[in-house]
Amino acid sequence: MAEAAPLHEPFPTLERQREAGQFGMFVFLATEVLLFGGIFVASLVLRVEHGAEYAAASREMHYWIGGINTAVLLTSSLLVALMVQAVRAGRARLAAWLTVGAIALGLVFIVLKFTEYALEYRDGLVPGLSGRALHGGPRELFMNLYFAGTGLHAVHVTIGLVLLGSLVWPLGAARRDRTAGLAGNVALYWHLVDVVWIFLYPTLYLAR
Amino acid sequence: MSVARLCLVWVALLGLLALTIGASFLPLGPVLPFVSYAIAAAKAGLVLWFFMELKQDRGLGRIAVAAGFLWLTFLLTLVAADVLSRGWFGT
Repeated sequence: MAEAAPLHEPFPTLERQREAGQFGMFVFLATEVLLFGGIFVASLVLRVEHGAEYAAASREMHYWIGGINTAVLLTSSLLVALMVQAVRAGRARLAAWLTVGAIALGLVFIVLKFTEYALEYRDGLVPGLSGRALHGGPRELFMNLYFAGTGLHAVHVTIGLVLLGSLVWPLGAARRDRTAGLAGNVALYWHLVDVVWIFLYPTLYLAR
Repeated sequence: MSVARLCLVWVALLGLLALTIGASFLPLGPVLPFVSYAIAAAKAGLVLWFFMELKQDRGLGRIAVAAGFLWLTFLLTLVAADVLSRGWFGT
């Protein structure tokens, strides 16, 4: 336990290596901000052009499922933040359990999300698949935006879950990574997925 | 970052979530988006500052994250300048 993480070329110290890795992660996350930025720009245009229809479509969303999912993601972010502290303190077992807890909450998010998709499929609100309640126009554009935004986000949650899982097995990163280089970067990714949802929620569910 | 502080931030985040849901039911009309996004920005700020540890960052990470949001601001501002000014000078 608390064995040093391997030092790679060209870094002179572990701390420099961790800092470089973290900077790379932050730059990548900045590109993610712009990737999701496209969704938010689309919502801005749709809301400016069709304000009343946008609000009407948003009122039809299951805002309480979205709200529960927001709380679920915020809580999983807390567990991941605590996990990084545990890794730094060398408490590998605790870190692994916190990671498992965060993964469980991430799975709850995905299950709730797809339950919501199923409800929308039943209600005929899925453009192209079951769109009988949609008759083109702003409502359909809103649902396109909703599925593009939440779908892209769900893909990110899934990638985050795989990354978190890799910390427990096979990497066991917590056991030999006192600088929390890898665990810290995975945590940053998970937190950004949370930040994206923080903005998606009021954009899609709370525009009344 | 102490465990107690992280838990406190989580409580604040859940409080802001309750606030934003509550605010969406008030008759705020056109002010609602500003309230919603102000609360969302506060929540994102808490996550970035405490959970993502930009508080302890020595500058590199802060600049990278700020650059992402700066370019997002350019994107939103220029697109808003287009769609909001349509029809100002007749069609």
